[in-house]
Amino acid sequence: MKNKSLISINDFTPEEHIRILDLAEEFERQPTQRILEEFVVATLFFEPSTRTRLSFESAASRLGARLIGFSEPASTSLQKGESLRDTIRTISNYSDLIVMRHPREGSARFASEVSTVPIINAGDGANQHPTQTLLDLYSIRKTQGKLDNLNIAFVGDLKYGRTVHSLVMAFCNYNTTFHLVSPVALKLPSSVKIHIKDKKLTYHQYTELQEIVPKADIIYMTRIQKERFSDPLDYEKVKNSYVLKKQMLEDAKPNLKILHPLPRVNEIAIDVDSNPMAYYFTQALNGVFIRQALLASILGVVS
Amino acid sequence: MSKKEIRKELKVSAIENGTVIDHIPSHSVFQVIRILNLAEYPNQLLVATNLESQKMGKKGIIKVRNKFFVPQEINKIALVAPSATLIIIKDFNVTEKKQVKIPNQVEKIVKCFNPNCITNNEEMETLFSVIDKKDLKLRCRYCEKITAKNNMTFF
Repeated sequence: MKNKSLISINDFTPEEHIRILDLAEEFERQPTQRILEEFVVATLFFEPSTRTRLSFESAASRLGARLIGFSEPASTSLQKGESLRDTIRTISNYSDLIVMRHPREGSARFASEVSTVPIINAGDGANQHPTQTLLDLYSIRKTQGKLDNLNIAFVGDLKYGRTVHSLVMAFCNYNTTFHLVSPVALKLPSSVKIHIKDKKLTYHQYTELQEIVPKADIIYMTRIQKERFSDPLDYEKVKNSYVLKKQMLEDAKPNLKILHPLPRVNEIAIDVDSNPMAYYFTQALNGVFIRQALLASILGVVS
Repeated sequence: MSKKEIRKELKVSAIENGTVIDHIPSHSVFQVIRILNLAEYPNQLLVATNLESQKMGKKGIIKVRNKFFVPQEINKIALVAPSATLIIIKDFNVTEKKQVKIPNQVEKIVKCFNPNCITNNEEMETLFSVIDKKDLKLRCRYCEKITAKNNMTFF
C-alpha cells in the first residue's frame, strides 16, 4: 500500500481492507508510537469538517508526524481563484501525504492525478469517504468478531448517504443480508443495489424501523435531512418515524450494536446512549486507529 | 448494385482515396464533424445529410479525402452514430467495410452530467468508462456517477 492513494473504497482490495483492520488493532493496543517523526502530513479541508479533520490530526500526532494545512478555504489562495490543480501541486511539494476534503465530487481523484505525493480522500462531495467505511468495517468486526454472514440494517437516508453506499459495497464481499429501512423517497439507489445483485446476495426493503430490530446484528442509523425533500410536508410526515428509542430494543438480539456516522440530530433518542448496544461514540474513536493504520502503511513505515 | 442505389451514391461525388462514413443518423452528422474535428480538416471533405436510406429512412454521409482514421479516433463517433459504417477507399475501390464500435473508454468529448463534478468546475478533461454499451451508460472516472444517453451532452 506504500505510496498508494485512497480515493474510493474499491481502490483497495478486500485483502488490503483486512490488512488495514489488523493494523488498526495494533494501534488500538498501542496508540502512541513515534514512527512518523520524519514526515509532514497536510490536511486540506476545502469545506469544514471538524470531526474528520481532528480525527486525522489526532492519528498523525500520536504517531509523531508534523501537520500543515487549513480547516476552511476562507484562509487560502482559493479565495483568490487558484485552481485545485495548482493548490495540490504546490502543497505536494511541502508534504509527504495529503488528506483532503472538498465539496466537489471527483476532486480527490483529480488531486491524486496531479499530486506527487499520495492522497487520502476525507470526503469528496456526495461521492466517497473511504476512511469512514474502513472504520465502520473495523467497528463491526470488533463487535461481532467477524465480517461474514451478518444481518445489517441500514436506516434513514439511503439515497444520498455516501457512507451507506460505500459500506453496502464493502459488505457485498462478505455474504451479508441487507435490511434497508427508509422512506420511499429515500430508498437505496439502483446503482448501489446492482452491486448486491451482482454478488447474488439478499436485501429486504422496509418502511418501518421496528420490524428489523429483532433480525439485525448491526443497525446503521443515518440522519434524514430536511433539505432532501422538495415538499416540507413530506419531511414532517417521516421525520419521527425513523427515530430509534430505547424501548424498541427489547426484542433485539443480544449481540446487536447500533452504529451512526455522526453527527446525530434526533434519530437516536438520548436514552439509547446508556444502553450497551449503543456503539456510535466508540465507533468514532476507532476512526483514529484506522487513520493511523492508513497513514503508517501509505507512508511505508509498516507493510 | 442496382441503378437506383448507384444514383443515390452519386449524390455525393466519389473520392479517389480516403474514408467514407456512411449510415450516420441525419441529426448526428454535425456532431460527427465536431467529434472528429473535421471543421479543421485541410483536405477535401464532402458532407451530405437527409439522404434517403432504405435501412434508416434518412441518413447522412461524410467523405474524407486522403484520411484513414485509427480505431480510437473513429470509434468515438459510435456514441452519436452507432449505426455508422466505415468504407475505406483506395483508387476509387472499396477495400474495406466495417462498423464503428463503442469504445471501452470515452475521453474528452462527453460532458459529465453532474454539475457538482470536478470536471465541470476545473480546467480539465473528462474520462469515462463505458459500463453498458447497449444502453450507453458511462461512469465518470472522477465523480463515479453515471451519464446515460438521455443526459449526455458533447463538448
